[in-house]
Amino acid sequence: MSIEAIQNEIIDEFSMFEDWEERYQYMIDLGKDLPLIKDQYKTDSNIIKGCQSKVWVHAEMKDDKIEFTADSDAIITKGIIAILIRTFSNQHPKDIINANTDFIDKIGLKEHLSPTRANGLVSMVKQLKMYAIAYQTQLN
Amino acid sequence: MFNVEDIRKDFPILSRKVNGKPLVYFDNAATSQTPQQVIDAIVDYYSNYNANIHRGVHTLSQEATDLYEQSRLKIQAHFNAKFSHEIIFTSGTTHSINLVANGFSSLLKKGDEIIVSALEHHSNIVPWQMLCKRTGATLKVIPMNEDGELVMSEFDKLLSENTKLVFVNHISNALGTINPIEYIIEKTHAVGAAILIDGAQSTPHMKPDVQALDVDFYVTSAHKICGPTGVGMLYGKEAWLKKLPPYQGGGEMIAEVTFEKTTYADLPHKFEAGTPNICGGIAFGAAIDYMNAVGFDNIAAYENELLEYSTEKLLEIDGLKIYGTSKHKTSVISFNLEGIHPYDVGTILDKLGIAVRTGHHCAQPIMDFYKIPGTVRASFAFYNTKAEIDILVEGVKKAKMMLS
Repeated sequence: MSIEAIQNEIIDEFSMFEDWEERYQYMIDLGKDLPLIKDQYKTDSNIIKGCQSKVWVHAEMKDDKIEFTADSDAIITKGIIAILIRTFSNQHPKDIINANTDFIDKIGLKEHLSPTRANGLVSMVKQLKMYAIAYQTQLN
Repeated sequence: MFNVEDIRKDFPILSRKVNGKPLVYFDNAATSQTPQQVIDAIVDYYSNYNANIHRGVHTLSQEATDLYEQSRLKIQAHFNAKFSHEIIFTSGTTHSINLVANGFSSLLKKGDEIIVSALEHHSNIVPWQMLCKRTGATLKVIPMNEDGELVMSEFDKLLSENTKLVFVNHISNALGTINPIEYIIEKTHAVGAAILIDGAQSTPHMKPDVQALDVDFYVTSAHKICGPTGVGMLYGKEAWLKKLPPYQGGGEMIAEVTFEKTTYADLPHKFEAGTPNICGGIAFGAAIDYMNAVGFDNIAAYENELLEYSTEKLLEIDGLKIYGTSKHKTSVISFNLEGIHPYDVGTILDKLGIAVRTGHHCAQPIMDFYKIPGTVRASFAFYNTKAEIDILVEGVKKAKMMLS
């Protein structure tokens, strides 16, 4: 499925929720459920330090697609990571480079991707793109 | 008579809503809210007196200068400084600290020692590290205990004839601990060193008397005491301020300039280069007036009531741990829910209209001591209520339910 199609699917899922509590509870559950990263990759070199929460990201190339795994010490951050990973993982580097994260606004979670939020998520998105650029260079 | 409902009417922001809920503002240790009286002073200044000060012969400049200097006198009286020129207007606590640190760079040499406390804010550690790097002096740290108190017996051991400067906050921003500064000042002077106290967290709750304390330097920011941001003060004993070299070059701080030589202006102007934050300085005075009208005895008594009430109510929540359990505390509660990240708790509370601080509160060494990533910090002011604390307690319960 294309990144855009997945993002539209997520927008649809979130449109069913009536208030912030349902949206957040869903996000928290996503954060709880997913085994996001292998312990061996939860290293200092994979860490993105936000002022508020920490994020770990690991990338691997599989059949010309990048597989991302990630984690955070805060569960709400982790929930958003789960959403981001769902859209960006197992995609071609070129598509990741060209993708945007506007859908986060549409599901009412805009504040979590604000550059001033300092939870590490904005840096994480940048990091995902950096990996994509690096792998794309390898493919060329 | 202290009536919190009347007081709340002075603060327009307290009637706004956040995320559809009435604002519950418990981030007072970061910045306090502004009463109408201070807002009026700001509007009045720009509506009627705006001019550059200390240099114009025209009426407007004279009036603005008078207001600015009157504000300095108010601050002098409030802190009981001996002379008004011992009050230096700065952009805030951090600026004040840097001014002193910079001044000491010409007074220190290799082998000299500076002592700071383990309870410091980042902004208070960095200038001293920079100073040590410049001068070859060494930084020593007074350790803390499990209750979040400084260990005085260890402080005694750190003091020696090599000690040149001791720097401690009056009250810890992260934990609310009131440090025994009377003891620290006395011991520091006994070895002939200078003492600088950071009053950013104390001045909202008490009225320090710099002469009675016999402190060499005392600093704070106006925005912690119901004033505007971007302005603060450095109190320094006259002898020390004369000894320290100017911090920044520019207008206002000079007496005479030729290309060969510059003579510096007298105190306080020596440290006030350039056009100052005139409006901010005047509003700082208005904030001091406001706080004194409410009365510091009333403020301290009422805030203590809020602290006791909230401590009791929050501790009823299973798995909630409070960090900073000194008997000598101001109205700050730093806490965590077992197994839950403070960022998550803060995010849920924000959705409920409750403003708290989460994270390391710019005091990472304290968080390292407790081996936690941070805390949720609720800090109360005299305009908060027990009803608001009830909302916080319910909010924390809800966060716990959603997150565990």
